[in-house]
Amino acid sequence: MKRFIKTDGLHRKLEGWPLVFTILVTISILVGGVVEFVPLVLVKSNVPRIATVKPFTPLEVAGRDLYIREGCNNCHSQMVRPFRHELERYGEYGKPGETVYEHPFLWGSKRTGPDLSRVGGKYPNLWHVRHMQDPRSTSPRSIMPPYAWLLEKELDFDILPTKLRRLRAVGVPYSDEEIARAVADAQAQARAIAADVEANKGPSGLENKEIVALVAFLQRLGMDLKASTQAQALH
Amino acid sequence: METKATPSAATRPAPSAVDVFTYDEKIVRMFVLATAIWGFVGMLVGVLIALQLPFWPANLGEYLTFGRLRPLHTNAVIFAFAGNSIFAAIYYSTQRLCKTRMFSDAMSRIHFWGWQAIIVAAAITLPMGFTTSKEYAELEWPVDVAIAVVWVIFAVNFFMTLKQRREKHMYVAIWFYIATIITVAVLHIGNSLAIPVSLFKSYPIYAGVQDAMVQWWYGHNAVAFFLTTPFLGLMYYFLPKAAERPVFSYRLSIVHFWSLVFIYIWAGPHHLNYTALPEWATTLGMTFSVMLWMPSWGGMINGLFTLRGAWHKLRDSVVLKMFVIGITFYGMSTFEGPMLSVKSVNALSHYTDWTIGHVHAGALGWNGFMTFGMIYWLLPRLWRTKLWSQRLATTHFWIGTIGMLLYVMAMYSSGVTQGLMWRAFDEAGRLLYPDFMETVVQIVPMYWVRLIGGTLYLTGVILMGINMYQTIKSAPKELPDPSFAVPKVATA
Repeated sequence: MKRFIKTDGLHRKLEGWPLVFTILVTISILVGGVVEFVPLVLVKSNVPRIATVKPFTPLEVAGRDLYIREGCNNCHSQMVRPFRHELERYGEYGKPGETVYEHPFLWGSKRTGPDLSRVGGKYPNLWHVRHMQDPRSTSPRSIMPPYAWLLEKELDFDILPTKLRRLRAVGVPYSDEEIARAVADAQAQARAIAADVEANKGPSGLENKEIVALVAFLQRLGMDLKASTQAQALH
Repeated sequence: METKATPSAATRPAPSAVDVFTYDEKIVRMFVLATAIWGFVGMLVGVLIALQLPFWPANLGEYLTFGRLRPLHTNAVIFAFAGNSIFAAIYYSTQRLCKTRMFSDAMSRIHFWGWQAIIVAAAITLPMGFTTSKEYAELEWPVDVAIAVVWVIFAVNFFMTLKQRREKHMYVAIWFYIATIITVAVLHIGNSLAIPVSLFKSYPIYAGVQDAMVQWWYGHNAVAFFLTTPFLGLMYYFLPKAAERPVFSYRLSIVHFWSLVFIYIWAGPHHLNYTALPEWATTLGMTFSVMLWMPSWGGMINGLFTLRGAWHKLRDSVVLKMFVIGITFYGMSTFEGPMLSVKSVNALSHYTDWTIGHVHAGALGWNGFMTFGMIYWLLPRLWRTKLWSQRLATTHFWIGTIGMLLYVMAMYSSGVTQGLMWRAFDEAGRLLYPDFMETVVQIVPMYWVRLIGGTLYLTGVILMGINMYQTIKSAPKELPDPSFAVPKVATA
């Protein structure tokens, strides 16, 4: 070591060889990443699969992309930690197998608002519509901005088959059939949500608006894990 | 260590035994101006989003909500403000440390204008909602491709400059620049691999746990290799210049350089403590984060001890004042970082404003003040005139320091408060604050304090802008590149 770092030692020589120096730096910075990432991909037990976790429906994919567009992840996490206070507040903690179809992951890093990974089924569809239109109508002292334009902007249904195809290319198992009927499926799910909102005396005519996609996505969050627990209870 | 300037050398015919060369100073002036302009813009957006938190009506419609502007703020201060600052430092110091002009003026210009175009693209696409959602890597794939191309041009220009150097040994600043250029390229490409859906939408090839791992390998090392190593290089060049003292320890610089670049890359998973990332990975990340404390403090010690016997100079030198605050905050945030990565501390701090306080101690304290110090040192030299007002610069120093302290303390207090409220149970074992809203309302006053702190810090930057404008106005019309002559030596 001493021979290496003394004023006219080996390191001094190294300082005269930029190429060797650069190669050594490159090796140094690659080691850590390789050791941490490669086992994560190769050792399957790192991410145990959950049978009830299924890919998002086309409408939910659209909703997820709206969640990303609006930057919801800047204020809301989707990852409950295994602490008693978090289980009581939100529900079951996040499992590795829950997000295997999530490109990108949306765990977040900040909770300016509450965690959303267990929000599915917690509130009626109409609650979410009202909340996006005017957050303070459902949560009086909220600091969240309104997202009223989601109730006015038309949802792009036509891009959904492309989105599903691209997701399949990165590993989400959509069948040809699911891709072929992506638009019809999304429209049907959108109509059902819009009808429910209207039936509960909410605004009408939302079936082709962006809001229904976001609501569909939010209502899905945490449901697959719940389905797993219910399936086990039945046995 | 620099050759004495002989400005007349360029005009008279050089004897064959003398090598005459010039430094490209115009490119440094361009990067310095861009640093100040984007610093102002990035921090202005920061002040706006700081207002949006306690006062939601400041969310000005679809394109200017917190969710869309927060990535714009982080990208602007990291890649535009700090980015242009490190490029200014690299272009100024590398030429002098290698005793050669940059390899290609054209490549330097492509680097400059390409980088500014990328920043403008970010400022347009992020408010429009084109985002990948991955922190500090939000820009969509066409911009990512542009970043890769410009970075490679910068790298070629830099390494070819090293190749044609007239100085045999590379000074420690250059080591840090090498680590920066290589690692940022690896991280950017590794984390941005995605499949395009449309012109401004893509899906990353990784999913869930793996995507999280790659993202924070990138995210943490953006801090390491964009906000730490190049600034250490900056420190190693400009601090001894300003203090007129040699670096404290050559051996320490070797030990802390290699341990820093090796250990930093492992630290990413501490951003994912207690998440669905396997525990072995988060424990590994935490362990290396704690180990990182020592190499980080190696840099701080080498910086502060360089001032031994020169502390009295702080009284008159605003540059040294800024550097000392910068290095001190580097030391504080690199102690705080390892501490926050420890799982039991992270259990409290994660998801709260404590993290925001921590990054701003680093960004405002270390990156901000090192940049300001460098700019005040460079201004009279690059524009060959006197700094317009020392007093205004000193005012900037104090207003910036006070603003930063207010900001950081507000965030610590809000983070710890909310973290404790989330986990509080009553005597019967029920959540004491079951309504999340209670924990939000509690910290809103701290958001106002943060806004005041941020506004003060921005005011300091505006004062620097005025000082820059007035100084540059008094500069001579012609600013020819400085010319140097050294005895001719056989090229290595």
